[in-house]
Amino acid sequence: MATRTDFGPPDYETMLPPIIKKNYGMWKYHERVKPGLLKHVAESGDELYTIRVGSARLLSTDHVREICDVAEKFCGGYVRFTSRHNIEFLVSEKKNVDPLIADLNKRGWPIGGTGHSITNIVHTQGWIHCHTPATDASGIVKAVMDELYDYFGSWKLPGYCRISLACCLNMCGAVHCSDIAILGIHRTVPKLNHEIIRTKCEIPNVIAACPTGAIRPDPANKSVIVNEDRCMYCGNCYTMCPGMPVADPVGGGVSIWVGGKVSNTRSGPAFSRLVIPFLPNTPPRWPETVAAVKNIVEVWAKHARKHERMGEWIERIGWERFFEIAGIPFAEQIIDDFTLASETYRTTAAFKW
Amino acid sequence: MANSETPLLDDLEKGPWPSFVKDMKQAAVKKESARALLGQLEQSFVDNIGHWKHGGIVGVKGYGAGVIGRYSDIPDKFPGVEHFHTMRVNMPAGWFYTTKALRAVCDVWDKHGSGLTNFHGATGDIILLGTSTDHLQPCFDDLAEIGFDLGGSGSAMRTPSACVGPARCEWACFDSLNLLRTVTRTFQGQMHRPMFPYKIKIKISACPNDCVASIARADISVIGTWRGNIQIDQTEVLACAKTMNIQTEVVDLCPTKCMSWDGKALTIDDKECNRCMHCINLMPKALRQAKERGATILVGSKAPIVHGALLSSVVIPFMKMDPPYDEFIEFVNKTFEYWDENGKMRERLGELINRLGMGKFLKAVGLKPLPQMIKRPRANPYYFWREGI
Repeated sequence: MATRTDFGPPDYETMLPPIIKKNYGMWKYHERVKPGLLKHVAESGDELYTIRVGSARLLSTDHVREICDVAEKFCGGYVRFTSRHNIEFLVSEKKNVDPLIADLNKRGWPIGGTGHSITNIVHTQGWIHCHTPATDASGIVKAVMDELYDYFGSWKLPGYCRISLACCLNMCGAVHCSDIAILGIHRTVPKLNHEIIRTKCEIPNVIAACPTGAIRPDPANKSVIVNEDRCMYCGNCYTMCPGMPVADPVGGGVSIWVGGKVSNTRSGPAFSRLVIPFLPNTPPRWPETVAAVKNIVEVWAKHARKHERMGEWIERIGWERFFEIAGIPFAEQIIDDFTLASETYRTTAAFKW
Repeated sequence: MANSETPLLDDLEKGPWPSFVKDMKQAAVKKESARALLGQLEQSFVDNIGHWKHGGIVGVKGYGAGVIGRYSDIPDKFPGVEHFHTMRVNMPAGWFYTTKALRAVCDVWDKHGSGLTNFHGATGDIILLGTSTDHLQPCFDDLAEIGFDLGGSGSAMRTPSACVGPARCEWACFDSLNLLRTVTRTFQGQMHRPMFPYKIKIKISACPNDCVASIARADISVIGTWRGNIQIDQTEVLACAKTMNIQTEVVDLCPTKCMSWDGKALTIDDKECNRCMHCINLMPKALRQAKERGATILVGSKAPIVHGALLSSVVIPFMKMDPPYDEFIEFVNKTFEYWDENGKMRERLGELINRLGMGKFLKAVGLKPLPQMIKRPRANPYYFWREGI
């Protein structure tokens, strides 16, 4: 048989439950019934209940089959996933809602992640499958979510809080616009293997890959020289050339960024900003990282006004005040020195003591 | 009973949040590769470093994308993950599945791979995590048999994704799922065969809440919006007033201060509204978007590599988004062409626009400058008169 190509993904219309097909584009409003339970009402009067369940994202096929078992028992054999790795069970008959919740509770699957909660952490592969990580992904996510578990299934927070993790600066998870971003960073310059650079790397591309111009050719050696003072360990050269690894057991670790968001609500989309430049890799549970994230969540929860996201709260009180009340020491790396850094400098004499 | 081989990972089986270690162990019962992965991950937890070699080019016939090559750097210790390649499988729009389709994917993956998956990867694909080189083509053939194609990787258009849209959201300003399917099918070639300077991404959110983070991570961001007056049901407004403080929670938080509330009726000066969604989010029964709906098109967002992270910025304030989406497809084609022609290797669209100027991009794709494109005008006097004086 000739291999078929370019036939595209399955047509979503074949994957939609009948109630959705019937009311497609004709939803009237929705209610947040309780944490993890949404009720959508259509113009036709039909009601659709969604029960959102947290998942580790990394699933075995047997676990996926178990999800299918649940969906077949309560949801007519349909299920969906969210952009943040949650599972959504869609129930068209109200009488199935409580039995489904009871079934999920029995399995120990967490229900929540809607409204003013901490929903699932978007994350990358980490040591499980990535070749450029500065830290693990699934391990930290598990440790953080264990600690913040109560916030997943409750509405105790003033607003949304989106936490994301990327295990290096490539940011497969695009974490740079999150209320709290956990980002793996390297702190050591590439270790040059000239033999590999000579035989496997396109040297002009390697030089062009450096955002600070720290790499120059070494023609005599048919290799490159790294100006170590200019290197900020982004690892882009390693992506281009296997002879320049930056990963290091002591140099690698975690940084914490806060105050970003993507939705256009109120203040609009914003980048997350650096507040902790380095925490060590301490598997299996990364206690320093977990404590830092929990502290930031709880300081925000205590001080923010209703509906105020992390960044909106901090912009209102001022960053100098944030560092004070969060008890986070102000590290020199927090002051930007990359391109366009001066946009972040204070250009007024008005500030708080 | 023998001591556990993975004492560090075992600790992550404890605690209330779902444990990925349990899933790995579940797969390890059936699959040697999953068992080896568990061992290698434990080794990473001991060594504080990843144990995968740099890259590796593998694939299936006819495609240059969709498979991420991966090789262990300690294969002697863990031969089961000597090769452990990922397959990116293009998901159905909106991540809706029949259990029949999901079970079929599981069966294919049990036959050919580690039995470990991600639902889903950050791009949106189903990730089938770990198989050996000799299984790639047979696995793809079996996936094709059950109707699943591969997604994008490398210097290609990456798998586009979209929010749940009109399937289950009253705020969808256009059919994000249908647009996603159209875009995916139109640009299959650019997705499966890397031929560009670098990756390029299209993400589609059907309202300004932007549930797929398109403004942060898409070279071409599509965000639903509307023109005209927000529809107000004053009876429902009064019902809302019983459970919330409309003045402090809605009116006072409006970024343009275009709303007022006198305890009896809510009024909106729609001309001043910037459609941020805050009021509609809080009062979904009382407030609905205007009837004229479409999308704002923005370009240029990306994560840090190479020259720093960027957000997308407005280039088309309003575009009608009705099938067959010719206007949008034409815009994408022109954008691809401009970037492909002018972008340096590993230069994303936003970086190209920063290097050569927004003016050149607008001209190339045939757009007129508009005040909606900027936050504020330039503050420097260094401008050109390209048309002469």
